[in-house]
Amino acid sequence: MAPVATPFFFYLLSGIMLIGGILVITRKNPVHSALALIVTLLAQASIYLMLYAPFVAGVQIILYAGGIMVLFLFVIMLVSIDRSVRERQFNSQWVVGLIAATALGGLFIAVYTKGKDIFPEHAMPVVENDNTQKIATMLYGQYMFAFEIASLLLLVAIIGAVVMAKKKI
Amino acid sequence: MLHITTLHYLVLGAALFLLGVIGVLTRRNVVIVLMSIELILNAVNLNLVAFSRMWGGLHGQVFAIFVITDAAAEAAVGLGILIAFFRNKETVNVDEVNLLKW
Amino acid sequence: MGQIVAYIESYLGSDKTPGAAGNMFWVLVYIMLVFGGLSVAVIAMNWLERKILAHMQVRLGPMRVGPHGLLQPIADAIKLLLKEDIMPAEADGLIFWVAPFVVVLAAFTVFVVVPFGPTHAITDMNIGILFMLGVSSLSVLGIVMAGWASNSHYPLIGALRSSAQMVSYEVAMGLAVVSAVLMTSLNETGTGTLSMIGIVQAQMAQQEWFIFKFFPLGLIAFFIFAVAMVAETNRAPFDLAEAESELTAGFHTEYSGFRWSLFFLAEYSAMIAVSSIAVTLWLGGWLRPFPNLHGPSISIPHYWPPVDPTAPTGALDLVFSLFPGVTFLLFAAMCFFNTARMPKHPLFKIQTMGLAGFGVVLGLIGLALFVPPIRDRVEDIFWFSAKVAGFMYLYIWYRGTFPRYRFDQLMQMGWKVLLPMGLGVLILTASVALLQPMIWHP
Repeated sequence: MAPVATPFFFYLLSGIMLIGGILVITRKNPVHSALALIVTLLAQASIYLMLYAPFVAGVQIILYAGGIMVLFLFVIMLVSIDRSVRERQFNSQWVVGLIAATALGGLFIAVYTKGKDIFPEHAMPVVENDNTQKIATMLYGQYMFAFEIASLLLLVAIIGAVVMAKKKI
Repeated sequence: MLHITTLHYLVLGAALFLLGVIGVLTRRNVVIVLMSIELILNAVNLNLVAFSRMWGGLHGQVFAIFVITDAAAEAAVGLGILIAFFRNKETVNVDEVNLLKW
Repeated sequence: MGQIVAYIESYLGSDKTPGAAGNMFWVLVYIMLVFGGLSVAVIAMNWLERKILAHMQVRLGPMRVGPHGLLQPIADAIKLLLKEDIMPAEADGLIFWVAPFVVVLAAFTVFVVVPFGPTHAITDMNIGILFMLGVSSLSVLGIVMAGWASNSHYPLIGALRSSAQMVSYEVAMGLAVVSAVLMTSLNETGTGTLSMIGIVQAQMAQQEWFIFKFFPLGLIAFFIFAVAMVAETNRAPFDLAEAESELTAGFHTEYSGFRWSLFFLAEYSAMIAVSSIAVTLWLGGWLRPFPNLHGPSISIPHYWPPVDPTAPTGALDLVFSLFPGVTFLLFAAMCFFNTARMPKHPLFKIQTMGLAGFGVVLGLIGLALFVPPIRDRVEDIFWFSAKVAGFMYLYIWYRGTFPRYRFDQLMQMGWKVLLPMGLGVLILTASVALLQPMIWHP
């Protein structure tokens, strides 16, 4: 299924993502930042759909927007906000931070302007109908070891989070 | 400008990465720092999926799924640390995590 | 005019959903149809819930507003629109305003992939069921936002409890869905599918509704999903978070008027959405009962067999294709019967005429459903809607019958009972699916 009106949707979605990203890092209230991040994540899921990656888009919506951000919102609600909204928002070394970020930005611009001829003009044609089946074959075939390690990692994370948030160990 | 190539997606990913780095380096509130880290991971995912589209194979998408899994684990542990810290010191500012033992 | 008819007919003969065909105009038409039908369904659910619950409690329910209370939902809608719109003083304005819309958005976007027929869906995504589960989990965000923005104790506790409950039962739902999707991979092609239309076509190809497959495994998976979906939509007996006697009204306490009606709309739409998932995955979607039995082939001139040459032509097909028209004629007969039973008092004249008019409208729809072109198109939609309507009746039945779960009992059941059951069913289904060729063809 070919995407429709690709340039329009790409610029619209990337605009939403960038505005959402700027809102995340500049809002005083963490709840507003979390909501801006949710909008960014949903726009990114739509961009994955444009990139012929429907399974990754579905995983992004379920795990990131529907799981991780709910976790963030819960923790923000448990941690008191009223005092922190009235305090200073940017830390004491923000100037150094901005200089470092500008340097990183300059590095990105240099890399992309020098190397922009490497990328082929037209991408390869991709069939989308069996994307999930192919990913499943790869996950359970070639990347089986990484899959098992990821499940162990999640187990360790669960145990760690429960132990750290308990009142008495 | 009108034909969307891989470079467009990479530039978008780089911009998101920059926003995330600025957030990590300049904000005081720990929760917002963690959310900026999620922005950085998302920018990396976008790069991976864009390259997977360019080359036609699905390795980038599988890697992106693993990165999302990793981000979930790291968010859970990070927020657990935040809660434990908040219980002891009643603050969510990174500036005030400046004692080895209190 | 002839060109418009030709365009419509050329589209109707295609074999893909409009989204898959990339046809923007028909996508918009289908979106209008689906959301219009959804709104009508929510209005009907409001009336049905009050009447059925009342009859279960041996009372009559709304009887005054229209004949037998048929205009009650419209009166409720007008009342809600005219109510004063209150916002608490210290509430966070933006989030308070956005929260109902997020919940409604999540509940309505799900219907993009719901299959009412083999080509009657807005689109057919490759990841259909994954998309539905993911987007319906976005409503948790709206609930958390609503509870937080109200800046008051009861909504906050209600929102936290409600979202904890929804997140817990999503896990059990996901496991039940995985075992159903596992059964789709037992086709001759050997690959399963996540697309909703593909799942129903797999049931057609395997000649068996998944609820009966590997008996009792399909049944247990369906049961787990049926329980988890009631908990997911915060309905009785899992409605501690929003019941009046417990927490005033939970997360939507501070909402009034139009905003509250948005939450109400989202709740009923979510109920219809998860019922659609259950119907598609286990009960054969748009397939009529006994889809593989056809009976002897008969033909009635100008009426049967249908114009489409690939359609089956058996006697049982003819009998089942009469069901939509007969159902509406039964409804019309019920209306006329109740018209005859109305009190013969001059003040009841308008109500009696209204009920008779409603009966006439239903009868005309029933007669229209016997006409061959309409009959062929509507058949799949009718069976799908009938099964979803059965689920809606079950929802109302549960509300009238079961006492409420306490919150810790609720969480205990989600994690300690349904989750292990779901895992067990998944492992057993996978084992039986692997060993099946060895058992039957050793």
